[in-house]
Amino acid sequence: MEHATGFILPNSGHNRDAEASKMGMWLFLFTELLLFGGLFIVYMVYRLMNHDAFLLSSFELNVVMGTVNTIVLLVSSMTIAMSITAIQKGNSILSIKLLATTLILSLVFMIIKYFEWSSKIHHGLFPGMEYYGNLPKGEALFFFLYFFMTGLHALHIIIGAVLIAVVIYRTKKGEVHSENYTLTENAGLYWHLVDLIWIYLFPLFYLIH
Amino acid sequence: MATATANINFFQARKGLFSWIFSVDHKRIGLLYLYSLMTFFLVGVTLGLLMRYELLNPGKDLVEAQTYNQIFTLHGVIMIFLFIIPSIPAVFGNFFLPIMLGTDDVSFPRLNLLSWWIYIIGAIMALSTLVFGDGPADTGWTFYAPYSVNTTTNVSMSVLAAFVLGFSSILTGLNFIVTIHRLRTPGMTFLKMPLFAWSLYATSWIQLLATPIIGITLLMIVAERALGVGLFDPSIGGDPILYQHLFWIYSHPAVYIMALPAFGVISELLPTFSQRTIFGYKAIAFSSLAIAFVGYFIWGHHMFTSGMSGTARIIFSILTFFVAIPTAIKVFNWVATLYKGSINVQPPLLYALAFIFQFMIGGFTGLILGALATDIHLHDTYFVVGHFHYVMFGGTGFAFFGALHYWYPKIWGRMYNVKVANIAFTIFFIGFNMLYFPMLIAGLMGMPRRYYDYLPEFHLPNMISTYGSWVLAVGLLLMLGNLIAGFYKGKRGVGRNPWGGITLEWQTLSPPPVQNFDRMPEIPKNGPYDYENKPIIKE
Repeated sequence: MEHATGFILPNSGHNRDAEASKMGMWLFLFTELLLFGGLFIVYMVYRLMNHDAFLLSSFELNVVMGTVNTIVLLVSSMTIAMSITAIQKGNSILSIKLLATTLILSLVFMIIKYFEWSSKIHHGLFPGMEYYGNLPKGEALFFFLYFFMTGLHALHIIIGAVLIAVVIYRTKKGEVHSENYTLTENAGLYWHLVDLIWIYLFPLFYLIH
Repeated sequence: MATATANINFFQARKGLFSWIFSVDHKRIGLLYLYSLMTFFLVGVTLGLLMRYELLNPGKDLVEAQTYNQIFTLHGVIMIFLFIIPSIPAVFGNFFLPIMLGTDDVSFPRLNLLSWWIYIIGAIMALSTLVFGDGPADTGWTFYAPYSVNTTTNVSMSVLAAFVLGFSSILTGLNFIVTIHRLRTPGMTFLKMPLFAWSLYATSWIQLLATPIIGITLLMIVAERALGVGLFDPSIGGDPILYQHLFWIYSHPAVYIMALPAFGVISELLPTFSQRTIFGYKAIAFSSLAIAFVGYFIWGHHMFTSGMSGTARIIFSILTFFVAIPTAIKVFNWVATLYKGSINVQPPLLYALAFIFQFMIGGFTGLILGALATDIHLHDTYFVVGHFHYVMFGGTGFAFFGALHYWYPKIWGRMYNVKVANIAFTIFFIGFNMLYFPMLIAGLMGMPRRYYDYLPEFHLPNMISTYGSWVLAVGLLLMLGNLIAGFYKGKRGVGRNPWGGITLEWQTLSPPPVQNFDRMPEIPKNGPYDYENKPIIKE
């Protein structure tokens, strides 16, 4: 113990490093893209194999509800982007308001989704139900992928909403402010990804011809 | 920072079980991984010994055919997902990456702890199939559909365990990439990083970009089993070849998750024990990235007999041969490093040399399997089993134990008995080759893999192989016993740099203090292996 004491490393893993947090979030988003990427491959393969069945099943989906949900998500992406600008400029209250709007829009999305899903389930289209069991193979695959992919997406919406709620809470407590808003940015990045995936899911399921 | 505690080592800093399992110190997390990995490794070894015992003679020796299927599946799942995928990055990467970069922790210390916890949860899930449900899966670790969809054994839980373990792997990879980008010590550019860090960098990218695919594929297996959807089972409209594609898109790159860190370890061991600059630093560094890149495009060589088009098979075969180029670059550079070096034969070097020898056998048999015509003959024979174990156990496994012997004095500040370590190595090495070389011959003779019984003409190679497994077990126990004895009774006072290494971990105390360094680490002038301008390390 004869060495110089009190030595502190300049670059510590315990320092706050906004750049590192954002890089971590981007890398995580890559993994999310690949997670859905696997599903998109499966979708592509089975759509090529069952072209007509996919087309037929897609008519069962409610394009109006899908379109409304797309608009809801796009607007929510805009509000969260605005909340980042607000916190950058030091306006915490406006940032909280915009985050809360995003949160409400995510709720609207989930409510519409709930009605969509329950009408499909009402018709017995959920995998494992009796009516589903008698569907032709291609249509069964379509509805499985529909529920699996939009379900996984909805799960991401829920995680994103929780994340946004945390950001609101921490902004209120003053931990997130104009000098330290990485958390808001990361929540924004995540939310844009969720939005982006929906932008692909929507035409693949609702708009095929 | 409390100034008085700066030199207290990380073992002494805090005591008690909770100070370990909730520690965010990368060194403690590395050791948590080490202890849990070794536990599962020994379970896997026991299962392997059981399999070899069953194969000692034709006919039934010990277990029923169905039990045998479950044993080899569990052996595979444990060894692949619980041992060899995390092995070197999770243990030595966690412990030494931050020290080699001259920093005090990874970029996200809490995420690091989380990844260990996720690993433990996944491990419990995998092992729970022993007790709950209708017994462990009997599908083989590849979970090929449609059998994995139809079997009544507990496939869903095994598959979910693999999914959870994948998450742990992704988070570790993410952490390492950010750490390498953000926390290198001032003056350490990418091309002044130790090669171990380079290999972890390449590995982390594979972990990040390949693992999600298997995650989602395994979830689809669960959904197919639970809901009866025809994704992969042809009798209900699915496509089993699609499963194989999705599985190998991950699982082939995963082979490089297992192998690349081992290359990194060897690139550290050889310069230290020959006291010579590594030959072709850049070539070794970039060939890691090349292997990671090419490794993505060759998964099809697992499926030559599955019914792909001829064109696809030829393309995958050619691409497979491309991987041999960066791998050979590494081997030539390693051998060239030893040339005219001042070689100091110590246990870690022995493991490194055994690695090169065995990995070459593994590599060349890999080329035989990568060639279309020979693969048709050798597909699903013991030749594949021999090849795989030469690469994974003879390669990565030996590198793992070499790394353990190399960094042992740094981690615990004590030295094991070198003479016993040399004897243990010799027995281990002989046992290993006795165990796996006959498999290559049995495979050439046409013995199919994964059967619990065989024709009498395969008796001799199987007998030698089983005897070899006992020799191997003796060597392994002696090695571990020696390391554990050293832990309690080994000579203290190994100093900062017992091997004369040059990377930054040898400039700090053994064991390292909590914040890793008690003074600013000094990086060598011309790259990380510049033995001519080696910084003088004062005790």
